[in-house]
Amino acid sequence: MTVTALPPGVRWRPALVARRRNGRVFVWLCYGATAFGIVALLVLLTDVLVKGVPYLSWEFLTSFPSRLADRSGVLAALVGTFYVGIIVVVVAFPIGIATAIWLEEYAPQGPLKRILETNIGNLAGVPSIIYGMLGLAVFVRALSLQRSLIAGGLTIAVLVLPIVIINAQEALRAVPSGIRHASYALGATRWETVRYHVLPAATPGILTGTILALSRAVGEAAPIILISSIAFIAFLPDGPLDSFTILPIQIFIWVSKPQEQFHLIAASAIIVLLVLLLTMNALAIVLRDRARRGTRW
Amino acid sequence: MVTAQEPRVRPPIHTPVVAMRAPEPAAEPVPEPSTLEHAFELRDLSAWYGSAQALRDITFDIPKNHVTAIIGPSGCGKSTLIRCLNRMNDLIPGFRAGGHIAYHGEDINGPEADPVLLRRHIGMVFQKPNPFPKSVFDNVAFGPRINGYSGDLRALVEESLRRAALWDEVRDKLGASGLALSGGQQQRLCIARALAVEPDVLLMDEPCSALDPIATYRIEELIADLKRDYSIVIVTHNMQQASRVSDLTAFLLAGEERMGELVEFGATRDLFTNPKDERTEAYITGRFG
Repeated sequence: MTVTALPPGVRWRPALVARRRNGRVFVWLCYGATAFGIVALLVLLTDVLVKGVPYLSWEFLTSFPSRLADRSGVLAALVGTFYVGIIVVVVAFPIGIATAIWLEEYAPQGPLKRILETNIGNLAGVPSIIYGMLGLAVFVRALSLQRSLIAGGLTIAVLVLPIVIINAQEALRAVPSGIRHASYALGATRWETVRYHVLPAATPGILTGTILALSRAVGEAAPIILISSIAFIAFLPDGPLDSFTILPIQIFIWVSKPQEQFHLIAASAIIVLLVLLLTMNALAIVLRDRARRGTRW
Repeated sequence: MVTAQEPRVRPPIHTPVVAMRAPEPAAEPVPEPSTLEHAFELRDLSAWYGSAQALRDITFDIPKNHVTAIIGPSGCGKSTLIRCLNRMNDLIPGFRAGGHIAYHGEDINGPEADPVLLRRHIGMVFQKPNPFPKSVFDNVAFGPRINGYSGDLRALVEESLRRAALWDEVRDKLGASGLALSGGQQQRLCIARALAVEPDVLLMDEPCSALDPIATYRIEELIADLKRDYSIVIVTHNMQQASRVSDLTAFLLAGEERMGELVEFGATRDLFTNPKDERTEAYITGRFG
């Protein structure tokens, strides 16, 4: 279709048929890609539900693991996951949000800020098993915390810290600069501007980001495999220095067993973990919508 | 030739009738810049963003209790200039200013000067209405609160809203979000917010550029009202607006190197009817560029 092939005097050739066909082809490619993801997810989900639902019961949630699959439960793992979550909230969120505030509102533009941001971005992409090794070397060995709840919680906290920072930075950056200028122009100090205007306006975004980071934390298995002894844990941790287990580890242990029945209760544990994650994501949405009320600009 | 007697912008036909008066003709004497008391004295003010110079050697005086307009084409440094007056440019990385600006005789860039204190006395209204995403009341009350106002806050909020000619429209919805107001109301809310800290100067950076003609008219009326108590500096790209609201006008122009320079400064009526510089005449008659 070169211009020279056109009859003399005709300079436009809309070729609408071909252009519309290209558009349709692209839409079908997109449908296909979407369908692939959804089908894969549905297959996995169906498999898990078919296997796991029959074993779900109140006893399953309130029992400790056992040598016998039909007497096993996820209590220790569920409680351990909950405690790890709390440690992450208490440790990673304040540090991460404060870091984001410093980077966005205080740090001078320049090489230092650029280097820090690049490295935080890289840290967010480091495989989680590396954090497990870090936790093993620093918390378990160097700080002599042993294979304890606190060592595991701190490891996961360090793991999600870069994600918390990046999410909080995004939320702070989304606050229109007009709000900062208005505040400064009234004679507010930098801290007053951050405290009364930027932070409240960024809160919905920060909340969403941090809860998503928390659900990542709750689903992590790899680093905890190195930290927690993958042993039989048939008790609840009494304190932060007790040994512990978490849901992904429990699933990992059961799946590794040769007996078929343990594979089925692993599916039940996966359902418990999925429900936990979905609940947390739903909570993130509710909190965000609440905090956002009346703050649209 | 555009003159101070230029007819006002007419309202659209189907809107409720708002009286559109012509400005009081020649009621006030033409101010003579050299005899007025000064709020600001600018001496050889230059400004750079990184290595790019935005203003060069601007020298003139901004008088007290008058309206001073800064006009000029886009990119001539009007906004940079007005933002130098309350040091808002400090917030921009890489910004640097040279020369001197004295505010009531004190160097605002001096080692003793505190930008927070300076801005407390110099209110600012921005191009795009930027109310805080909070209630109308909290928008106005924020400034007094942080600046340690100990009187009756409700009364101060009401008075500020009255001065900004907004009270009657929001008296029943002080708890509603400032963002729920119309664009013109938001801008008047921003003016009320600036007035609430009882400033001495009001800087307005193209305050009407995002507003429709009626909202613009109301803001202009307000400016005429406020100049009794405040020194007002207004940046505008609208020459009719400058001729309607201001007592004095500074005309800036960017030369070959994109640096803004002061071409002419004087009483608005003189500058618009009898410009001394041919570039000013070219600009105000629309023959420019």
